[in-house]
Amino acid sequence: MTDPAKTDLMDRLAEAARQGQLSRRNFMHHALAAGVAATTATGMWTRTAAAQPRRGGTLRMGMHDGNTSDSHDPGTYLTRQMIHVAHTHRSYLTLIEPDNALGPDVATAWSASADASEWTFELNPNATFHDGRPVTANDVVASLNHHRGEKTTSAAAALLKDVVDIVADGDHTVVVTLAAGNADLPWLMTDYHFTILPANEDGSIDWQSGIGCGPYKLEEMEFGVRAHFSRHDGWHGTGAWFDEIELLILNDPNARLTGLITGDVDAISLIELKTMALLQRNPNIRIDNVPSAAAITMPMHCNKAPFDNVDVRNAMKLAINREEIIEKIAFGAATIGNDFHVAPNMPYWPASIPQRPYDPDQARSLLRKAGAEGLTVNLSTADSVYSGAVDLAVLYAQQAKRAGITVNVVREPNDGYYSDVWLVKPFTLVSWGARPTPDVMFSLAYKADAAWNESFWQNERFNELLLQAKSELDEARRAAMYEEMCQLARDDGGTIIPLFNNFVYARGGGVEHGGQVASSWECDGARWASRWWFSA
Amino acid sequence: MSPVIIIVLKRLGLGLLTLFAISILIFFAVEMLPGDIAQAVLGQGATEENLAALREKLGLDQPAPVRYLQWLSGALVGDFGTSLVSGERVSEAISGRFTNTLFLAAYAAVIAVPVAIILGIIVALLRETLFDRVSNILALTAISSPEFFLGYILILVFAVNMGAFPAIARLSGDLSFLELLHRTFLPALTMVLVVVAHMMRMTRAAIINLLASPYIEMARLKGAPPWKVIVHHALPNAWAPIINVVALNLAYLVTGVVLVEVVFVYPGIGQLLVDAVSKRDFPIVQACCLIFAATFILLNLAADVGAILTNPRLRHPK
Repeated sequence: MTDPAKTDLMDRLAEAARQGQLSRRNFMHHALAAGVAATTATGMWTRTAAAQPRRGGTLRMGMHDGNTSDSHDPGTYLTRQMIHVAHTHRSYLTLIEPDNALGPDVATAWSASADASEWTFELNPNATFHDGRPVTANDVVASLNHHRGEKTTSAAAALLKDVVDIVADGDHTVVVTLAAGNADLPWLMTDYHFTILPANEDGSIDWQSGIGCGPYKLEEMEFGVRAHFSRHDGWHGTGAWFDEIELLILNDPNARLTGLITGDVDAISLIELKTMALLQRNPNIRIDNVPSAAAITMPMHCNKAPFDNVDVRNAMKLAINREEIIEKIAFGAATIGNDFHVAPNMPYWPASIPQRPYDPDQARSLLRKAGAEGLTVNLSTADSVYSGAVDLAVLYAQQAKRAGITVNVVREPNDGYYSDVWLVKPFTLVSWGARPTPDVMFSLAYKADAAWNESFWQNERFNELLLQAKSELDEARRAAMYEEMCQLARDDGGTIIPLFNNFVYARGGGVEHGGQVASSWECDGARWASRWWFSA
Repeated sequence: MSPVIIIVLKRLGLGLLTLFAISILIFFAVEMLPGDIAQAVLGQGATEENLAALREKLGLDQPAPVRYLQWLSGALVGDFGTSLVSGERVSEAISGRFTNTLFLAAYAAVIAVPVAIILGIIVALLRETLFDRVSNILALTAISSPEFFLGYILILVFAVNMGAFPAIARLSGDLSFLELLHRTFLPALTMVLVVVAHMMRMTRAAIINLLASPYIEMARLKGAPPWKVIVHHALPNAWAPIINVVALNLAYLVTGVVLVEVVFVYPGIGQLLVDAVSKRDFPIVQACCLIFAATFILLNLAADVGAILTNPRLRHPK
């Protein structure tokens, strides 16, 4: 079933079946009419029927990336531990649905003024905190203000830089005023820092108590070790099928794997790609291999020789064999990159831009044109950047050799890589988490004056379009602008993007999900606790 | 005053000086690490203004020697400060973890020390036999393998293949003592395997060393059976080196378990120290290191006192 139209039809049929709108007989009838083999259709029906969510049980999740010194302050959320805990006991204004569309969380509806500089969020009147207090506009204002102002220590302050004012309009309406239009503001609200927390009298928030308005109540937590949750019966969303959640921090990949195999945990948030093929043979374990917008980038500083010459930059981009890297380094669990930082699962992904091939001959001729034949560059990387980061760099060095480019791989210390190497050394290997929209990504790392313009790329047209697109509410015009920007980044920019790495995680036998999972974070956009369930 | 007490007091005083020197070393070692706590806490996403705000909040804008003296003045009166990252009291952050580490160390020691010494005596008795060779090879194999590798082997055999013990030593609140022993058996066994060889071989070597002495020959000539020659005549004189090795290994059980903790996801002090270093959380790093240093100092002291007490010549100097 590679035909997209057929896949789409089957998805809709499965959805209708799941919601009980379609009998087995009708399901089979439609499926057979669509040209699906009878055995396949029967199998699909069984899977679909099994996809009826069921209440009960305690899910034990083995989570990677947890630190003893983490805290509940949403401004300092950094590790997967805190991101997943936050999505379990706290809520956000908006969320990313399993199909990667934007959906409601605490806010049920939102609308913008014509220039997208004023946004109004309507809150869900049923939303309550774990101590029974209703979620009001005041709480939302205080929660967002936690990340604003001169004294804020929040790592997300940059995202709200353009916000001029946030005011409550009655109990259930919040108005956000921006200095300039931003059509993506509702998407920004899904950022993991912007949890909605109870306001204190003085306008600060109570993040210390661990109370939230999410699907589960935090019963106890030992940072870097474990957390225990129980169901919040007054939750405003649908789902939260488990009675209790036990989150175990398992930083060691082998501990996670053995934990899953021996049944000490029911699901794990990350598996080692090296062991994926072996794990697939275990009939009791299901692997979710989900394309994401997380990227590996190789920024070249456009303000430094030799990368100040666009021909050199493009030669570097032509000298990388992305297919080979995906096959050998990512074990196939990645989407190919095309040197613009928008992944296929992000909104406004331009399908029309042709994939850049591996073409050492053309790279060689570009270098000749630039008078830079026999180019030698240093590529800085560290093991912690990505599993196989150093191998990736070495493989690239081999590929680039065919274009007459000598790449010296410099292995930097893991510790302090992002403070001492990234943005400092002229050519580095970097790992980026997924961002929800092109605007967020471009504003963060490609805008001329962005603090993390990692390639120091200055392109007038790109920056002009970035501003226009930001406040453009017409979808078609906006898509056209992003397409042009992607083309500019691809052909003029200073960043090689070899791949977008998949999220690869695994579930034990009884853990079910709806088939489609959000790709903003591991495990259904970090919302596994409220979306998954145990089969009977 | 008895000479033993004088030695103990002297050594304790020197130990305090050592701790002081170590605290200076640790403080400036943490200072020299690239990046600082603000960057480590806020991560890649922080801006300069954020970092400055957090540094000011944590008092990092003051020069390093001033911060060290502030910490020292607290430490001298028993206040080790609060974690810079979580704001938790250092004593609270550490106590639970340290108890876990001590429990695991004690569990391993209770198995390892008797096993090692008894095995050492048996192999000394049966030296140059097949049993001696096999025990030595096995013990040396265990000590030569990295701990995490031993851990994985034990997990494979006992957790994955046999299903007899859990692979993850998770400690949740209400465990009975037996359950606790069962759940932490594999990490304890890993550590036993790591330390047994050293102690066993020292026992064997110390005893065999004495077997050439004239008084052992005398014992043999008077017709004492071989086990009695070793246990009654050789062993009492072999205690000093054995005690030294036992003390060293006990210290290792407390301080060297980070890898075992990682493999079995055991919430001990090693993992806490690693996390604190990565976040540049100086008060926690300092406290952990001082605990480790104190462990070494105290156990070494105990070994020396033990050596004196088992040696009549040192116990009753002329």
